[in-house]
Amino acid sequence: MSLLDATASQLLDAIAARKSSAVSVATAFLNQIAAHDARIGAFLHVDREGALKQAAQVDEKLRARQPLGKLAGLPIAIKDVVCTRGLPTTCGSRSLQKFVPPYDAELIRRLRAADAVILGKTNMDEFAMGSSTENSAFQITRNPWDTERTPGGSSGGSAAAVAAALAPLAIGSDTGGSIRQPAAFCGVVGMKPTYGRVSRYGLVAFASSLDQLGPFASDVAGAAALLEVIAGHDPRDSTSVDRPVPDYRRSLERPLSPLRIGLASEHFAEGLDAEVAASVQRAADVYRSFGADIVDVTLPHSKYGVAAYYLIAPSEAASNLARYDGVHYGHRAEKFDGLIDMYATSRGEAFGPEVKRRIMLGNYALSAGYYDAYYLKALKVRRLIRQDFDRAFEKCDVLLSPVAPTPAFKVGELVDDPLAMYLSDIYTLSANLAGLPGISLPGGQSSSGLPIGIQLLGPPFAEETLLRAARMFERETPWHTKRPAMAVAP
Amino acid sequence: MTARLTRDDVAKVALLGRLKLSAEELERMTSQLGRVLEYVDILNEVDTQSVEPLAHPIELANVFREDVERPCLSREEALANAPKTDGRFFVVPAILDVNH
Repeated sequence: MSLLDATASQLLDAIAARKSSAVSVATAFLNQIAAHDARIGAFLHVDREGALKQAAQVDEKLRARQPLGKLAGLPIAIKDVVCTRGLPTTCGSRSLQKFVPPYDAELIRRLRAADAVILGKTNMDEFAMGSSTENSAFQITRNPWDTERTPGGSSGGSAAAVAAALAPLAIGSDTGGSIRQPAAFCGVVGMKPTYGRVSRYGLVAFASSLDQLGPFASDVAGAAALLEVIAGHDPRDSTSVDRPVPDYRRSLERPLSPLRIGLASEHFAEGLDAEVAASVQRAADVYRSFGADIVDVTLPHSKYGVAAYYLIAPSEAASNLARYDGVHYGHRAEKFDGLIDMYATSRGEAFGPEVKRRIMLGNYALSAGYYDAYYLKALKVRRLIRQDFDRAFEKCDVLLSPVAPTPAFKVGELVDDPLAMYLSDIYTLSANLAGLPGISLPGGQSSSGLPIGIQLLGPPFAEETLLRAARMFERETPWHTKRPAMAVAP
Repeated sequence: MTARLTRDDVAKVALLGRLKLSAEELERMTSQLGRVLEYVDILNEVDTQSVEPLAHPIELANVFREDVERPCLSREEALANAPKTDGRFFVVPAILDVNH
């Protein structure tokens, strides 16, 4: 078994059984990054020294027969939106180019406590605003399956890192699909947990009522192992929910029976690529072959999701990003005329075009005279979208749908057409509006050899059901075993 | 619900948002935001008269914690990322005009 081809679970077993040292595992991935990341651009910072030090500590614990954490020795890549003490955290933005957090996010604290090995920080659309990772101030990330294409976004660096075997596990954040869509584009598993399942303490805020952190892995078991560690209550995030975290890995191999899979006609809308639609239908057939009931459901307000989302998310972003004033941290202009101009010039220099658009859109939607017509209206539609899901989940256990309307699009294809880029989030962002968990997993391949993802959505806190349902599909299909040519060890 | 977005509207919001935009950015922003606002008009199709807004997916009541002292960042750590400090405070330009 090559270390790079191994799943997270295989690596965990190999380290625990002392067949491979944590240092040799970390070294294999660090070397893969050094050899291949110049072509992909997944990482913004690689912490070789820190990773090897953490790995050596794991090996030392093993030698001393000390108790080990649940992710002992597993290398992991972290989206650069999560605060890491002493390691740069840029959010892909010029405004935070020099920012080094003085504290760890709760998620990082949990990963360290679980003895995971942090490889470095991954590229992203600036402040997680985008669907292609082209909006980073520093570099674009390319899709390991076809470097002319984007890896999706905003967590494109993390998804590409797992796809290219630069890391067995990665962390992303998902505000409107930013874990699930890049997972689909890169042919890996990505999960957005229920809102409140994972602490947002130390996650740099984009839209606080929508943001949620979640796992990437090459298979469902890896995602389950990582979710188990990062989920749980944190008093420092008042929206984190105090309920027990199931042992996701233990139940994973138990098929769900009976199982009702919902299909919504609204998820097969105009603009959906025929090969993507066919993959979802074939996935329904796979579930049917297990004896699952395929149930037709309806989500009548889903066609308003993009419009509601692109008022709510920018409104929250406009408020959250007001903190980048060039006083406490972040970029400050060299030349300005008085205090107000210092703010405006610093922010004008520090933010890229998409972040500026969202700040403008949000401030417009919140401004006097437009608040009722835009922001409040969007919040009311948000409730109707949530009610649609509540009704659908009376009839089914999970919803099966596409992740994105197409496989990975080309670099530069949508970047100058914001509305078209926004519309590509149509199948993912409703879950954020409603706070629901969703998982994206490899479900097919296009005729041109690009991965196609399928999505399962569930009611709040149904992560265990989603993982088990995803595993049922994975066990019977070959898609998760496909790797881009560049990731295959020589 | 929308009157057509003008360049002046965009300039006003940019000022309120403390965001300096070049003339070219202002132009492009006016047309791009205009298209997005036209699109979001489809929300008008939805009757929301008797619908309560949903601001948050889990509608939690206030979450309280004990009001006790806990460790916090040292002054040095808190100032470490600041663009300008005197070692004790964040340094900002004068807020009040001394001539008035």
